[in-house]
Amino acid sequence: MSFPWAEEYKPKHPAMQWLDQRLPLPRLVYGAIGAGYPVPRNLNYFWNFGVLAGAALAIQIITGIVLAMHYAANAGVAFDSVESIMRDVNAGWFLRYAHANGASMFFIVVYVHIFRGLYYGSYKPPREMVWMLGVVIFLLMMATAFMGYVLPWGQMSFWGAQVITGFFSAIPVVGENIRIWLLGGYAPDQAALNRFFSLHYLLPFVIAGVIILHIWALHIPGSNNPTGVEVKGPQDTVPFHPYYTAKDGVGVGVFLLVFALLLFFAPNYLGHPDNYIEANPLSTPAHIVPEWYFWPFYAILRSFTADFILPAKLWGVLAMFGSILLLFFLPWLDKSPVRSSNFRPVYRVFFWILVVDVLVLGYVGGSEATPVYLMLGQITSGYYFAHFLIILPIVSALERTRPLPNSITEAVLQGKSGSRMSETAVDGNVAPAE
Amino acid sequence: MASVDETLENPDPFLEKEGDSEHGDTDGDVRRRDFLSIAAVSFAGVGAGVVALPLINQMNPSADVLALSTTEVDLAGIEPGQAIKTSFRKQPLFVRNLTPKEIAEAEAVPLSELRDPQTLEQRTKTGHKNWLITLGVCTHLGCVPLGAGEGENKGPFGGYFCPCHGSAYDTAARIRQGPAPKNLFVPEYEFTSDTHVTVG
Amino acid sequence: MVSLILRYINYIIGAAFAFVLLIALWGTASELITNPPKATAEEEFHLEPEPLALHSDGPFGTYDYRQVQRGFQVYKEVCSACHSLKQVAFRDLEKIGYSEAQVKAIAAGWQIEQPDVNKDTGEPATRPNVASDRFPLPFANDVAARAANNNAIPPDLSLMAKAREGGPAYIHSLLTGYTDPKTFTHDGKSLAKEFPDFTVPTGLHFNPYFPNLNIAMPPPLTQDGQVQYQDGTRATVDQMSKDVSAFLMWTAEPNLAKRHATGFGAVIFLLIFTGLTFGAYRNIWRGIKH
Repeated sequence: MSFPWAEEYKPKHPAMQWLDQRLPLPRLVYGAIGAGYPVPRNLNYFWNFGVLAGAALAIQIITGIVLAMHYAANAGVAFDSVESIMRDVNAGWFLRYAHANGASMFFIVVYVHIFRGLYYGSYKPPREMVWMLGVVIFLLMMATAFMGYVLPWGQMSFWGAQVITGFFSAIPVVGENIRIWLLGGYAPDQAALNRFFSLHYLLPFVIAGVIILHIWALHIPGSNNPTGVEVKGPQDTVPFHPYYTAKDGVGVGVFLLVFALLLFFAPNYLGHPDNYIEANPLSTPAHIVPEWYFWPFYAILRSFTADFILPAKLWGVLAMFGSILLLFFLPWLDKSPVRSSNFRPVYRVFFWILVVDVLVLGYVGGSEATPVYLMLGQITSGYYFAHFLIILPIVSALERTRPLPNSITEAVLQGKSGSRMSETAVDGNVAPAE
Repeated sequence: MASVDETLENPDPFLEKEGDSEHGDTDGDVRRRDFLSIAAVSFAGVGAGVVALPLINQMNPSADVLALSTTEVDLAGIEPGQAIKTSFRKQPLFVRNLTPKEIAEAEAVPLSELRDPQTLEQRTKTGHKNWLITLGVCTHLGCVPLGAGEGENKGPFGGYFCPCHGSAYDTAARIRQGPAPKNLFVPEYEFTSDTHVTVG
Repeated sequence: MVSLILRYINYIIGAAFAFVLLIALWGTASELITNPPKATAEEEFHLEPEPLALHSDGPFGTYDYRQVQRGFQVYKEVCSACHSLKQVAFRDLEKIGYSEAQVKAIAAGWQIEQPDVNKDTGEPATRPNVASDRFPLPFANDVAARAANNNAIPPDLSLMAKAREGGPAYIHSLLTGYTDPKTFTHDGKSLAKEFPDFTVPTGLHFNPYFPNLNIAMPPPLTQDGQVQYQDGTRATVDQMSKDVSAFLMWTAEPNLAKRHATGFGAVIFLLIFTGLTFGAYRNIWRGIKH
């Protein structure tokens, strides 16, 4: 793993030498996130977001473990136990708000991380495995976040569980049985709450495991970079430590600042008032929506309102899952040998259209399903699928890309490495698309 | 003169032309660089320490647990020689009405013989010497001693007997034999009337 | 044939989704044109809450405990007959400035008692409240609540300021917003003229701040001086409504002041930390072109 010029771990202290011969854990760390991992020298701040996602997971696991010491996964008292955390447990309000807003922070950084990968072609060979493991992490995150949102047993928790398990009832013939099996009953209740709690506690550790695979797979070819040109020699890289540990430190500082502003000054801004009403199986809130990070997918689900061969409900569920699953095939849908959008003038335009498209989908997903929003959602959902399944393959076959620099070093010397935000669009004639 | 090695380690093209590259950073720069890194890492350490406090503090009793601090006991109906078991802060509480014989036994013991010397007076309220109110928690490892219930083994000293490891308490609930180090704990309480006690 | 399908599978799937969405879009659009949704009274005449300025607003917000105490008095004398406050304990009142003795007296004198069992017979019984108790429920269960309130359950108020869009402003607007539907106008339009069929069902009360305009709760604050404030504040309906909104903001978010104070420390600390790491980062990268 890694490049031939990577610094070798040479422990000086006899105790470390002793340990290195028996359990080379420090060697592993040194090679993975220390001075022994050479990284392209021209990474910009978008490359912070992987580390930030790791930090967000750590925050969620730590706050989650302590919250589980006070939470009671019992449909009769779950809501009250969360309120007792907020009122009576020492620093409970801090821990609970940190966990709730930490989930939002996790999704924010992961979405930036994903779109960074889309812009710079980080999913392309030889990094397909890194990308696909990332999609697995994303799916696991969504499952974890959904089940976590059920735990406070408020109105949105309950009806979220009802609606999301309802997806499975769209499966022909066995769907209803699968739903009943998932819930352990005919509606969300004690059995569902308890199993969601169990899985909500388990899945983050599965995510941590897949993250290790994700990083392992990344370290085989090494990190991508804003030029998309592979590392050619030692002059193209710097050691991860101290160069990128320092840069990630800045990123963590900014991340924590945003997190603190949210947690201390607007802890309920991203939440929904209805979840402060205890679950009531007999009354659905007027306007049910999932948490904001599911809105784009919720909009896709709702857009399918017409039966055509298959029932509309099944189309919606297929499309919603399909919109994520198609990401697995992205490395084979985009066959362009050029990675970075800085050198792909046509793709870059479509990339930014996709960003706007997903933002609109998110807005639609969070709004009430009025006919106008529904139509907007149908158009943007259509574009989403067209982008990945039709436009991208055609563009990658026909596009005339710009000439690539011969090496990262050359790009750096010309001031066109893309390491600064102002260089994101390399061609001086084209204004940056942001 | 720049050697070949130096060029490899520090390839010239990457050195931004800030003064003479051969001399590198001045001593002052080096010190500032170290200072900033050390300060940043120290700040991170302090921050982690401060965040650890609520993570640790959350395990302390919560406000609702602390609020459950008093228990009312009605003494009417406890005849001399009888005892009741009730609970105080989720722990067993023994309330015992001593007979004159038991009081005499307790007072007859010289303090020098005791592992944890205390008189019966010190362990009861003035004017209510017959009311022995203690936690029912053995001071050895926390079992509930026998002797409060009707017909239970009161042990060799006629008070309480802990079956777990054989600690025996006398009629003033003082430790007399076995591994327990202390007398049964007397919680704070006061008589609100002749027949009512508020514990805690 | 199969290999051809496999080769262009992405186009086929993409086209299928796009096509079905086009059909759906066509359906939605033609439905919108042929059968446009009719405006309902709920959409046209529902009002957003009026802004309410409270001491707890904004990043520096803390509670005005005199106002919160007045609000507690309104809750006690007006709301508590029907609405529970089950997440809040009497001991919590110490945090809004009552002494321990006052809290004990408030608990002991509370009209509704705590459920208990008779120690001798085991029969259900009640006992006076103590400071560690949470506020007792006015109704033993939902059936009793419905039976006593014209088939509507009075919601618990502990979290009301967080459980409604608009929070305390909504509570204030709702409490002072009862009006006569016959004369109600909004944006220059008269409800009676636009929707001549609009009626308020028996037992409900017209209130434009309530989502479907008809609320089961009769106007709770009806006249000035309904509550006798001890601090000399004039108990107008508006004042009582503001005070109880401030109180319910406190019951929903009792740690707000502590949260804001902690937040300021955290943000200042993080600003310095970020500045230091940025300096360290610039120093480490000095001389390295990238």
